[in-house]
Amino acid sequence: MNSVMDFLTGPWEHLFMRRAFAVAVMCGIVSGVVGAHVVLRGMAFIGDAVSHSVFPGVAIAFVFQFNLVLGGAVAGLLTALAVAVFSQNRRLKEDTVIGVFFAAAFGLGIVILSTAPGYSGSLESFLFGQILGISDGDVVTVAVMGLILLLIAGAVHKELVTVSLDRETATAMGLPVFALDVVLYALVTVTVVISLQAVGNILVLALLITPAACARLLTDRIGIMMALAPAIGAGSAVLGLYLSYAYNLAAGGLIVLVVTGVFIVCWLLAPRHGLLTARTHRRGHALAPDDVAAAPAQPTDNTALVERTPAA
Amino acid sequence: MTDVATSGTPVLDVRSVAVDLGGRLALKDIDLTVRVGDLVGLIGPNGAGKTTLLRAILGLLTPHTGSIHLDGQPADRSRGTVGYVPQRHEFAWDFPLPVAKAVLTGRTHRIGWLRRPRAADREAVDEALERVAMTELRHRPIGELSGGQRQRVLVARALALRPRLLLLDEPFTGLDVPTQELLTSLFSQLSDEGKALLMTTHDLPAAADLATRLCLLNKTVIAEGPPDTLRDPAVWLRAFGVAKSDQLLTSLGVTR
Repeated sequence: MNSVMDFLTGPWEHLFMRRAFAVAVMCGIVSGVVGAHVVLRGMAFIGDAVSHSVFPGVAIAFVFQFNLVLGGAVAGLLTALAVAVFSQNRRLKEDTVIGVFFAAAFGLGIVILSTAPGYSGSLESFLFGQILGISDGDVVTVAVMGLILLLIAGAVHKELVTVSLDRETATAMGLPVFALDVVLYALVTVTVVISLQAVGNILVLALLITPAACARLLTDRIGIMMALAPAIGAGSAVLGLYLSYAYNLAAGGLIVLVVTGVFIVCWLLAPRHGLLTARTHRRGHALAPDDVAAAPAQPTDNTALVERTPAA
Repeated sequence: MTDVATSGTPVLDVRSVAVDLGGRLALKDIDLTVRVGDLVGLIGPNGAGKTTLLRAILGLLTPHTGSIHLDGQPADRSRGTVGYVPQRHEFAWDFPLPVAKAVLTGRTHRIGWLRRPRAADREAVDEALERVAMTELRHRPIGELSGGQRQRVLVARALALRPRLLLLDEPFTGLDVPTQELLTSLFSQLSDEGKALLMTTHDLPAAADLATRLCLLNKTVIAEGPPDTLRDPAVWLRAFGVAKSDQLLTSLGVTR
């Protein structure tokens, strides 16, 4: 009992852990909301591209000591522009061009970072996060940016949904589809940049995509999905931090492993759609007489089969 | 507006429109007028430019030459007033939304930025669902609907706008008979109520029964008029670019 209490309260005695919890929870919430839009539009690959393409900007900002978010956003934008221009060549598909440029952006970021003193240490913190070394200023930045992102996502929610459902009709209605795309890309970019510190450049995708994917498995209501994804992201981040503290293992990696574990559980056990639950659900259907009235199609087919068999 | 309409201003007026798609002339010399109460069937073979014409009317394509007017206004200034029912595969059916919310997205631009749906929006959705007989299924996730139910959702989404002009792209393709009958009687009712409808279709006999006018399209308008006046087999053969096909003509009811 005592050890459980220690497990729960121990981390809170340290200021760096309190900051880590704050940033992890905020990143989990913001990534969950933005990630839900990304997953529903089927653009997880774009999230991957953005997380790589912001890297050189963040590296430059780090080396020259200016705002990381600004640097990352500019780099992300320039990479997106390069992709748009080079995709004009019709022999190449857009995803190929994205593949070329996000690798290039990543390489550039590493070269820039190698000019800084303590290169390997800072590279590692960019790749895998440095959530245990966050300053008060960082916490405030994440809080403010996160709040702005949530407000924007809320403000354009119904427009984003309308475009994701049916682009053509949304355009015909006169909705500014291109501008809304830019807003969504900007949301993804800034979410990636502010989450970099928590889980790092490579693992940020896990916070963006995995909780939203879990939520999609659990519900058929977008409103519930928008609440579940942040809850799963924040909850996994907190649990990952606890485990990291208790066993002295890498925090960023553990957060990702926890959220991946949640994903696998959802995939197996989600109501109606999970692998195991769908199977028991189907079996329950065949056996339970109450369901016969609710689903007339199946029993009718069965009777038809039974009647036909002796005749044949 | 109603006075103008009853005095015969066309709801849709397409004049000598040509559309160029990637250097290829997809449509040329298109003249088409749709008035209040018209139910026009747009008929033609694959690649005849039916969907292209709908897209031009919606302002998604800019005509190379000619003009398109809706209620006397240029089409690009009347954006968002036309009810559009796209082909079913244009819609993301895997999205986690219930039927009523999906129908409500037909009014997103009408509701406006930073606003929530008001009573008028909810009433329009309720009415639209009622008309396509989907009221009972309003809470069902759209991913669990059958093909016929999906088509009804798309029609309801367009009706939720309460448009004067409804554009329908292949509304009958792949539907079972009950859904076809439901939509057929709904479209006749709408035209009786003074809406204007323009629909593309492959289902020629159904179109001939339902439409007040037919427009035979193959890059340009081959013939146009009430179904009864289009009895000349040569016109149909020209529209479909075939030398002779008894099957086609029989299926059309042109020859018996």
